[in-house]
Amino acid sequence: MDLLSHLWLGLQTAASFTNLFYCFVGVFLGTAVGVLPGLGPTATIAMLLPVTFVLPPVTALIMLAGIYYGSQYGGSTTSILINVPGEAASVVTTLDGYQMAKQGRAGPALAASAIGSFFAGTVATFLIAAFGPPLAAVALSFGPAEFFSLMVLGLVASVVLAQGSLLHAIGMVVLGLLLGLIGTDVNSGTQRFTFGIYELADGIGFVTVAMGMFGLGEIIRNLENEEERSVLITKITGLWPTKEDFKRMVAPILRGTIIGSALGILPGSGSILGSFAAYSIEKKVSKNRAEFGKGAIEGVAAPESANNAGAQTSFIPLLTLGIPSNPVSALMVGAMIIHGIQPGPSVITEQPALFWGMIVSMWIGNLMLVILNYPLIGMWVRMIMIPYQLLFPGILVFCAIGVFSLKNTEVDVYFMALFGALGYLFSKLGCEPAPMLLAFILGPLMEEYLRRAMLLSRGNPWVFVQRPISASLLVLAVVAMSSVLIPAFSKTREEAFREGEG
Amino acid sequence: MISPARNPKDFWTGLIYIFFGSSAILIARDYDMGTGIKMGPAYFPTILGGLLLVIGAIAVIRSFLVPGAPITAFVFKGLTLIIVSVVAFGLIVRGTGLAIALPVLVIISALASTKFRWRPTLIMAAGLTIFCVLVFLKGLGIPLPVLGSWFGG
Repeated sequence: MDLLSHLWLGLQTAASFTNLFYCFVGVFLGTAVGVLPGLGPTATIAMLLPVTFVLPPVTALIMLAGIYYGSQYGGSTTSILINVPGEAASVVTTLDGYQMAKQGRAGPALAASAIGSFFAGTVATFLIAAFGPPLAAVALSFGPAEFFSLMVLGLVASVVLAQGSLLHAIGMVVLGLLLGLIGTDVNSGTQRFTFGIYELADGIGFVTVAMGMFGLGEIIRNLENEEERSVLITKITGLWPTKEDFKRMVAPILRGTIIGSALGILPGSGSILGSFAAYSIEKKVSKNRAEFGKGAIEGVAAPESANNAGAQTSFIPLLTLGIPSNPVSALMVGAMIIHGIQPGPSVITEQPALFWGMIVSMWIGNLMLVILNYPLIGMWVRMIMIPYQLLFPGILVFCAIGVFSLKNTEVDVYFMALFGALGYLFSKLGCEPAPMLLAFILGPLMEEYLRRAMLLSRGNPWVFVQRPISASLLVLAVVAMSSVLIPAFSKTREEAFREGEG
Repeated sequence: MISPARNPKDFWTGLIYIFFGSSAILIARDYDMGTGIKMGPAYFPTILGGLLLVIGAIAVIRSFLVPGAPITAFVFKGLTLIIVSVVAFGLIVRGTGLAIALPVLVIISALASTKFRWRPTLIMAAGLTIFCVLVFLKGLGIPLPVLGSWFGG
C-alpha cells in the first residue's frame, strides 16, 4: 500500500541518528519552554531559528516541530502543578488538573494528560498522513486566484478565532499585510516604505517581528504584575492512574481527539479553541458532571487530547498548501524558505523524505514526550521555580543575539525593540498580535497572487468569484466572518475566551 | 491613556490605524500605480491603506457610541528599561564586544523588575555571557567579537 511505503520512507528519515537527536532536543527544549513562565512557543521558535540554519532542512523542521508540540505538553504540566497555564491552549487544564493536584492526585492528572496527548498525537499523525497527499493533489490544480482566496479565508479565520474585538483583529491583519510589503517590490524593483534605510531593502524579517511582539512584548506585559510562583506539590506520588481512572478517561480522550483534530486545521488559534470546546462538551455529556471543576479526570483528559491533536493537525495546511495557519507554522514557512524549500503542495512530491520524515518524527516525538516526562518531572518542577526576574534578562539576551545573527546587523535589534514596544501597546489596546504576524508573512505572497490572477484575467476582478474553487473559498470566508455576527456564536466565542482569562 | 471617547481602546486603536493607513497611502503616491492588469508597486499598498483608514475611522466613530473597558495602567518603567537595554545592546555590541554588551543588556533590563537584586543579577550576567560566547561565537560562529573595536578587538 502506498501509505505504508510512505510511512516507511518517513521512518527511515526520522529514525536516523541525527534526526532522532534533534527531535529529542526539540521536544526537550519545547517542554522546558512550556514549563518556564512567560515564554511561549512562538518566541522560542523565533529565538532558536537562527540556530537551526546550520542543520539540514529536514532536521531543522523536525526540531522546530518538536519545540511546538513539546511546549503544548510542558504547558499542561504547569497547569496541573501550579495552576498557571504555561501555554494558552492549556488554560482549561488548570480547572480540574490543579484541583486534582491539590487532592494529592497530581500523578494521575499528569498521566491522563500524557496518555491523552500521546493517543491524540498518534491519531493526528495518521490524519496528516492520510489527508495530506489528496489535499496537496487538489491544491496542485490551484491557480493564483485560488491561492489568493485561500489566503483570504485563512486570514478571515484567524480574525474570527482571535480574542477580543473583531474590528481590531481585522485592522491588525491589514496592518500586518502592509508591514509585510516593506522592502523591494519584486516586479518593479521599487523600494517601498524603506525610508532610505538600506537594511530595509529586504523587508523586515519575520523573526524580528515575532521576537519583538511575542518575546519582548510579552516580557513587558509580565512586568505589570510580578507574582510569586509557588509550587505546592513538590513530591508526586502515585503516578499511575487507577483502573477506575482509566475507564473514565477513554471516552473523553476519544472525543477530545476528534474535536481537537477538526479545529486544529482551522487557521488562527485552532488548538486553543479545541481545548476549550473539548472541555465544555465533556462538561455537558459526562456522567460525572458534578465533579467538573473539583478535580474530574475527564476535565484533564479531554482538553489535553484536544490541544495536542490540534497542535498536530495545524501542520496540515502548512504541509499541503504551504499556507501557515498560526504564528508557529508561519515561522516554519520562513524556515523552509531560508532552507530553499518553497512551501506548497509540491513539497510532498518533490521532497517526499522531508514531508514523511516530519510526519513520522511527530509521532516519535510524542512517544519521547511520554517516556521522558516521567523521569524528568522533578526537573520540570525545579524549573518552574526559577524566578521570573532572573529569567527574562536571559530571554532578552537570546533574542538580541539571535536577531543580530540573522543578517549580522544591529538594525534588526532596533526593529525588534520597536516591535516589542508596539506589541505591548497593542496588547494594552486589546489587539492580538497573532493575526498580524500571519498577515505579515502572507502580505508579499498575497500581492504576488493578486497580480498574477489579475494579469491572467486581463484585469477582470470578477475572476475570484468566477472560478468555482476560488468562489467557494471566498463564500466560506464570508460565512466565517458573518458567523461572528450571529448572537449565539459570538456569545460562545466570548465565553470560551472569558473562561480562558479567568 | 485618557481619551475623550467612551471606549478608549477603540479610540486609540482607531487613531493608530488611521495613522498607518493614511501614511501608507501618502507614501505610496510616490510609486507607480500601474493598472488592474499590470499592478504597479503602489496598487496593493493603496488598497490596504484605504482599508485600514476605513477600519480606523469606524473604530473611532464607534468609540464615541459604544462604551468599553478603560485601558489599564502602563508599566512605563518596565517598558522603558526593556527597550533601552535592547537598543543599548545594539549600539555598543560592535564597539565593546559581547563581554560588555551582554552584561549591560542583562543589568539594565533586570532593573525593570521590582524584585531586582544586584548579586543574583551579576551572577546571571556573568554566566550568560560565558555561555553565549561559547555557544554563539565559538559554537555557531556568529561574527561578533568578545572584546570589540573600542578595545582594539
